[in-house]
Amino acid sequence: MNEEHISEEQLVLFYYGEAGDAAPIDSHLSQCERCRAEYRAVQTVLNTVDTAPVPERGAEYGTSVWQRIERKVGARKKSRWFSWWIWAPASVAMLALAFWAGRITHRVEAPSNVAGGQVRERILLVAVGDHLERSQMVLAEISNAPAGRGKIDISEQQQMAEDLLDSNRLYRQTANRTGDTAVANVLDDLERVLLEIANSPAQIDQGQLSDLREQIKDRGLLFKIRVIGSKVQQEERAPAPKQEDSKQGTKL
Amino acid sequence: MEESDGAAVVRAQAGDGDAFRVLVERHSRSVFRLAYRMTGHEQDAEDVVQETFLRAYKQLSHYESRSSFSTWLYRIASNYSLDLIRMRKRHEDKREASTEEGRSPLDTVAAADPAQDRLVFSNEVQERVHRAMKDLSDLERSAFVLRHFEGLSIEDIGGMLGTSLNATKHSIFRAVQKLRKQLEPLVTPAA
Repeated sequence: MNEEHISEEQLVLFYYGEAGDAAPIDSHLSQCERCRAEYRAVQTVLNTVDTAPVPERGAEYGTSVWQRIERKVGARKKSRWFSWWIWAPASVAMLALAFWAGRITHRVEAPSNVAGGQVRERILLVAVGDHLERSQMVLAEISNAPAGRGKIDISEQQQMAEDLLDSNRLYRQTANRTGDTAVANVLDDLERVLLEIANSPAQIDQGQLSDLREQIKDRGLLFKIRVIGSKVQQEERAPAPKQEDSKQGTKL
Repeated sequence: MEESDGAAVVRAQAGDGDAFRVLVERHSRSVFRLAYRMTGHEQDAEDVVQETFLRAYKQLSHYESRSSFSTWLYRIASNYSLDLIRMRKRHEDKREASTEEGRSPLDTVAAADPAQDRLVFSNEVQERVHRAMKDLSDLERSAFVLRHFEGLSIEDIGGMLGTSLNATKHSIFRAVQKLRKQLEPLVTPAA
């Protein structure tokens, strides 16, 4: 049997007990020094990987995790009509509109108005950040929904998508107006998927779920949203610009 | 007798918060281990644990007992870990550069004491394992961690990652090849 050696891939599968019929491999290894040495090398490396330490978590860890999430789990049970994300987009939208109306009509602010403009801009950045975070949550939930044979209830995600659509439209239009095409394009993609989710039946089958997942994946939406979200966060954290800079207005 | 995951899930699906607590307490440590191996960062792993259970709670009504509850949880945890990894990747080069700059020249001097030698060697191996794991692609790392550390079957892993049986096998194989390339010079005695 020595004329044909065992491939590296077969040895790896053999190590994990996934090589199918293990007997011929066993028998070959007992006769072939070269394959035996190769297998020992695989074993050594994989055993070494096992030595990488993982920080210890004690027996009470589960309890502490529960204490951290208990309040949030409870909050998610509350009535939808009092959930902050139902009314927040509307107020944020009003604020954003007011802000941009001011920004467009008063491109060059007097020094005394600069501080006020910066505060509004910061509030807006926070609002956009929240919008992206909520959108990301809806998309991630659809992407992670468990596969099964029956229908899947996405009514909750649908409601969220509907609520997000209005504010998304506003942010997209604003980004277009201020020439921030990269952001506008991502918001445009996001809007299409949110619309698709909002217009799907409340109970969808596997095929429809796969279609939604494909759309999210093909557009690379989760990743793009994170990139923008990260930019927004960086701007939020950035120190207040000098007066001359503030006249330019900060893009999303 | 300890209540099974299946029974606790049924109670939790019926709105029993205490049943969900049982599941959180039972699976937190294993989710943490998985998340740490996927992300390589303790704080990220903590975030993954918390988010995994919040998402699991939200999606509990969608859970069907075709796969075990822990496999379902691992799927959520590994997906979220991948999201985090992608997000962090952008900052990695910067972070690595500063770590290199901050390394004292003394760190590279061989220790005279044999015990100290072993410790330095062991630290170097661990550092190399850590780096080698980070160099794997997202798919390779996920498939490898789930097979090597969590002992899931290749079929289950394929189901979780949405990849075919062959693609999953190939990802694991590629991961092992890359690990060998990085680690063999360090751990294989010279002939």
